[in-house]
Amino acid sequence: MTTPQLEILAIAVVTAVGCALVGSFLLLRGMAMMSDAISHAILPGIVIAFLIVGDLSSPWLVVAAAAMGVVAVILVELLYRTGRVREDAAIGLVFPALFSLGIILITRVVGNVHLDTDVVLLGELAFAPFDRLVIGGHDLGPRHLYLMGTITAINLLFIVTFYKELKLATFDAGLAAALGFAPAAIHYGLMLLVSITAVGAFDAVGLVLVVALMIAPAAAAYLLTGRLGRMLWLAALFGLLTAASGLWLATWLDASIAGSMATCAGLLFAAVYMLAPRHGLLAVLLRRRRQRYQFAQTMLAIHLLQHEGRPEEADEARVDHLYGRHVGWDRPFTTQVVAQAVAAELVIRRDDRLTLTDRGRTRAAQALAL
Amino acid sequence: MTDAHSPHGPDDLPRSGNQQGSIDAVDAVTAPAVEVTDLTVAYGERPVLWDIDLALPAGQLMAILGPNGAGKTTLIKAILGLVTPVAGQILIHGQPYAQQRRLVGYVPQRGSVDWDFPTTVLDVVTMGLYGTLGWLRRPGRREKVQAEAALAKVGMSAFANRQISQLSGGQQQRVFLARALVQDARIYFMDEPFQGVDAKTERAIVALLKELRSQGRTVIVVHHDLQTVPEYFDWAMLLNIRRIACGPVAEVFNDENLRLTYGGRVEFLQRKSQPQPAPPERDEPPVGHYGGHIQP
Repeated sequence: MTTPQLEILAIAVVTAVGCALVGSFLLLRGMAMMSDAISHAILPGIVIAFLIVGDLSSPWLVVAAAAMGVVAVILVELLYRTGRVREDAAIGLVFPALFSLGIILITRVVGNVHLDTDVVLLGELAFAPFDRLVIGGHDLGPRHLYLMGTITAINLLFIVTFYKELKLATFDAGLAAALGFAPAAIHYGLMLLVSITAVGAFDAVGLVLVVALMIAPAAAAYLLTGRLGRMLWLAALFGLLTAASGLWLATWLDASIAGSMATCAGLLFAAVYMLAPRHGLLAVLLRRRRQRYQFAQTMLAIHLLQHEGRPEEADEARVDHLYGRHVGWDRPFTTQVVAQAVAAELVIRRDDRLTLTDRGRTRAAQALAL
Repeated sequence: MTDAHSPHGPDDLPRSGNQQGSIDAVDAVTAPAVEVTDLTVAYGERPVLWDIDLALPAGQLMAILGPNGAGKTTLIKAILGLVTPVAGQILIHGQPYAQQRRLVGYVPQRGSVDWDFPTTVLDVVTMGLYGTLGWLRRPGRREKVQAEAALAKVGMSAFANRQISQLSGGQQQRVFLARALVQDARIYFMDEPFQGVDAKTERAIVALLKELRSQGRTVIVVHHDLQTVPEYFDWAMLLNIRRIACGPVAEVFNDENLRLTYGGRVEFLQRKSQPQPAPPERDEPPVGHYGGHIQP
């Protein structure tokens, strides 16, 4: 890897980890879509600050953009509190309004500076190594790395410091308020961090895909653990994996870095969704399949028990009786169930006849609760 | 932003029955456990509570009764400062709530939180101690021991390390109660603690409420099952946006007041004379039909 590639990787990883940390809390608060609203709403903040300051690398852009993110949250809540629109509708009303304001400002007022709409939408991580932080003639590295590193460090510091308060306010805002923990302040603190993080991430992945970095790693982590602390660690880890694999995919396909990273975030979630040990799709399917065969074996035992010692036994206990007309299983399924029942020592097979063992009899009796 | 230390810190709390008498006697004379004066709450222009007055002596078990939308939950939330009243004054042992937080334990409705939240039973119970910990301080060994003791009290010790999503409704309610118990409060507010719990859990909760009372604590419960009111409670407030009646159960829990509260026919008091096991209530009784309970 060349130095610029390493720098890009470092920026991407730091961005993804920072996003995953605040994204976890958004997810747990049922506010995943708020990340979309905030990430879009920061655009007019950036543009307006640029119009005033006239410098794209000014820290005031971050401040103004983050403020605009919080304004978006407040607007959504005001709309929601009127009781006339639901929260999702309120989000859907607020962010296009602010975002389009930003787009119009860019195209009409700012003109042809670096702030063009493509970059805003998709980010341009590939150029990040050209933007250096130079102090007193010394090249300290890419500016974005410092920006995003600071933001991610702030997120981490905030979460570590207010872990207990965040947990309580997220789980039970009512109790948090009753105990005097000012859940509203915690809420807006978190929203401010989401805004700042979105501003930083906007340079790396663009506005559209900030959501992917905030939500997908958190959602994957949520599937894997029942502990908040572990969820945060896992989300950060998934963020890191998303960034690294996304960069690799972009290089391999020679495609957009932002698009590749979001794709990897989605793939990672899909993989976890399929493979999660307890609630994953695969585990559930396997469990159902196992249960189906277990049930079929019990059914077989009961069937044999019902006819045991009766005149029709010779007929009913034949394997070929199980598929077709009577029991209605298909042939491969019957073969497998019989084989499993024999292996489990529930029945003994002689030629085509099945006889219950003691164990099989017990199983049937238990199932019938005799 | 730590809470100001109140004159009745948790340390003043009577822990055994022998000294509570004097403390509560003073309280009962000088300041009721909960005193609400002219409380009005409105959502927009719709009044939810009109001019509510309440003076509850300490050491009582009080039921808040009323039909759906009567403002029962809102009353509790207003007392706890969770909704802002339009008018009125609220005092807890003679002081505003903000200065008395440590004296108050709160059990919200079970459905008010997300039980899929990634945390354990023990962790949820420990949250009851966050108030005494204040900002920034983390729960440690001592808090863990306290939380475990509270879990044992509600018979949930075996579930300490379970993820909360694996609990049944009754178990969730027990966890919430344990969380309130660790607060070691002098006044408890419980919003529908019997909702959706089985008969066994209901009996366990009632025993716990009576134990709290015997320690001189005050408990205020939003309740729905009218049949169990005389058995479970000392005081009752009948509420339907305005206060219909409030006082000792023997004085206010009668036909006339119930009719005023719920409207419609009242067949309840005739049936009360035949003792019968209290069926667990699942939903609020529909207006006018609270006399007959359908066994779920």
